[in-house]
Amino acid sequence: MTTMMNSPSTPPTEAVASRRLPGDLAIWFFILAEMLVFAVFFATYAFARAKNVEMFNLYQQTLDRNLGALNTFLLITGSWFVVLAVQAAHHDNRPAISRNILLGWLCGGGFLVVKVIEYSAKFGAGISMSTNTFYMFYISLTFFHFMHVILGMVILTVLWLQSRNGAYGSHNAHGLESGAAYWHMVDLLWIVLFPLVYVMR
Amino acid sequence: MNPLKNSAHRAWIVLVVATTITWYLGEVGAAGTSAIVAMLAIAFVKGRLVILDFMELREAPRLWRILLEGWLILVSSLILLAYWISLK
Repeated sequence: MTTMMNSPSTPPTEAVASRRLPGDLAIWFFILAEMLVFAVFFATYAFARAKNVEMFNLYQQTLDRNLGALNTFLLITGSWFVVLAVQAAHHDNRPAISRNILLGWLCGGGFLVVKVIEYSAKFGAGISMSTNTFYMFYISLTFFHFMHVILGMVILTVLWLQSRNGAYGSHNAHGLESGAAYWHMVDLLWIVLFPLVYVMR
Repeated sequence: MNPLKNSAHRAWIVLVVATTITWYLGEVGAAGTSAIVAMLAIAFVKGRLVILDFMELREAPRLWRILLEGWLILVSSLILLAYWISLK
């Protein structure tokens, strides 16, 4: 930084690099579109609740907050591992790239297992989409998110295989950054979904 | 090397602490205006950390940072509005 200030003739590469969008532009449009769909869902849930507060508060009590919080930890940690994979790519630390992608994938796998345990308890109790409006929202919102975790894990699988072939490094982290951005979106959506559906009352 | 120099590590620690607070508020049965505002504020801080430090948009072109942070503001405001209506 000081060297840059001392020599104004330095090529502006550093300045350009400091305002850089990670990954491909296309993935960010896709992420934005997905986030807008979830925004509509979140708002629909909140306004539907406003019309029927007692019912939503009553059935929210039946949700397993511990499993919801555990899943938050898993996605946060999974996201963190994938950041470390991107950082490893920028430092050309090849083994750390695949190791961290794999750890991130395992966190996603943990999320799916916890969610299946949660769903089987609910479905086992005879709860379905048609039980009431609250459960309709609970099941559709969390299941729609569940599908995104699966897609995120498919992407991580591709990234892991590519990283094993030495595809990523300081000069080529684009694909890795694009997949990572999607994985962080899955995390971001759950960060809103968890308090909204499980805790806020 | 100090691990706290890595913004990703710092973000992870804050995210874990913030999640624990939200979980705890649920355990003690926190409800009503202050609980709702607190939980939304926590979710906002968490979401912002993911956007800035995990998605690495802190140093990205401003437009994308505004779009994603704007999404967070929009979603939080709509939820706040709906909960405010429900409390009336």
